[in-house]
Amino acid sequence: MTDLSEKTSYPSSWKKPPLIKRAWLRYLLWFGAAIYLALAFGTMEVNWGRVAEGIPRGQKFLSAFFPPDFTSRWESILDGILESIWMTVIATVAGIALSVPVGLGAARNLAPLPVYLVCRGIVAISRTFPEIILAIFAVKLFGFGPFAGFLALTIATVGFFAKLLAEDIENMDPVQAEAIRSTGASWLQWINYAVQPQVMPRMIGLSMYRLDINFRESAVVGIVGGGGIGATLLTSFDRYEFDSAAAILIIIIVIVMGLEYLSGYLRKWVQ
Amino acid sequence: MPVLETDKGPVWRRRTTFASLATWFCYLIGVAIVVYCWELISERTIWFFVQDAGTQAADMATRMVPPKWSYMDVLWKPVWDTINIATLGTGIALVFAVPIAFLAAHNTTPHPTVRAAALLIIVSSRSINSLIWALMLVSIIGPGVFAGVIAIALRSIGFCAKLLYESIEEIDTKQVEAITATGAARSQQLSYGIFPQIMPSFAGISVFRWDINIRESTVLGLVGAGGIGIQLDASISTLAWTQVSVILLVILATVLVSEWVSAKIRAAII
Repeated sequence: MTDLSEKTSYPSSWKKPPLIKRAWLRYLLWFGAAIYLALAFGTMEVNWGRVAEGIPRGQKFLSAFFPPDFTSRWESILDGILESIWMTVIATVAGIALSVPVGLGAARNLAPLPVYLVCRGIVAISRTFPEIILAIFAVKLFGFGPFAGFLALTIATVGFFAKLLAEDIENMDPVQAEAIRSTGASWLQWINYAVQPQVMPRMIGLSMYRLDINFRESAVVGIVGGGGIGATLLTSFDRYEFDSAAAILIIIIVIVMGLEYLSGYLRKWVQ
Repeated sequence: MPVLETDKGPVWRRRTTFASLATWFCYLIGVAIVVYCWELISERTIWFFVQDAGTQAADMATRMVPPKWSYMDVLWKPVWDTINIATLGTGIALVFAVPIAFLAAHNTTPHPTVRAAALLIIVSSRSINSLIWALMLVSIIGPGVFAGVIAIALRSIGFCAKLLYESIEEIDTKQVEAITATGAARSQQLSYGIFPQIMPSFAGISVFRWDINIRESTVLGLVGAGGIGIQLDASISTLAWTQVSVILLVILATVLVSEWVSAKIRAAII
């Protein structure tokens, strides 16, 4: 009875199974990661002397941040923040209004192929370039000021919102859409009663999220002359008034937090 | 259900009179806010420049073609730097984001005050754009790729930690209980009960953020933090528009490739 004696020798310890089951792939990935890291650090040229020099400077920098100075530049801070808020509101509204037709066109189950390709192209191009590059060109074409920032944020909003809207429409329940269509509804009624109710709740949440993103980005487009708080922030960095810069950053953080609470509240209220 | 009583019998309506009035009032307020903001912006716009934009755009377009392809020789190194900034930045961010996420999730946090502190870190890191982080870091540790890596990392910590703590809060508690019932220590509960559950979303989040970071690291050079943005800034300020068009095409290609890679990886994971 040798079989029985073999069966009694169960393993007494257990090992966690690895995430990637194929051993050669696992080792290849580790090896590749090691080579990549070596190459990346090799070409990074970190000037450690400069970094070491920077650490006391960083401490000085941080201590210059405190206490934040809200008062001495309050007028220009307030002006910049308000301009940012106007830009954010207008750009979000205009961007969403524009992205509705683009999003409908970019949904494969609604649009014919040529329209689909054009709309997907618009989405891809406006999503590729970061807001700040759009802002550079808007400033070149339309001159300094909040209008350029508004345009840059609007284009970025179209890319973001139209893509998500199109994906949401593509994932909708086709049964409801068919039911509406079978009542003899026109195309517009079909969109209004079959598609819109299905995508609306998520779109409201997303538009709040985009408002939040646009506000944060509006702090950046000012760096290249697109209006808003970014210009004030850049000026205060250039003048080494880090306490004013700290005040601006704190205001941005507080407003973003406020928006986050507001959007949570709004989403609960809508549902 | 609101019904309007008329001479010809009841008529169904979607809302009561009060509700529909309230809805219209909300719309009115919304429109008023938008119009007011638009007024304020148009006050500060020099409309002459806006009217001029068409000719400006045509002019710029003629200057941008044909792209100066020989400039590509200079661009390979910045593109490599850009990819490194995104990848290393994402890696560093993930190292910090995991503990912060565990401190911020209400089912794993040791104490509510710790949770509040972790949430504050997440919000501050998320609210400040990587370009502003880079602006600060360039004046602390000097211009270069390293400042870019740290800027991307600081910005990504909040993003990754937020998504990660949300997925920690959504885990199945039964599995953790089962592990606890075997007499596992707290660290074993984490590594055998919670980690396997959040692993897919962790991988998804890191790839997603890497994709965003590629996009963001293309512009960090505008404030001196390395990558292809340095060349973009230099070419724009020297009005070398044929070089600008090459750079824009390179950015487009990089972003499309990174999007393709991340889509492939995500499809493989999920």
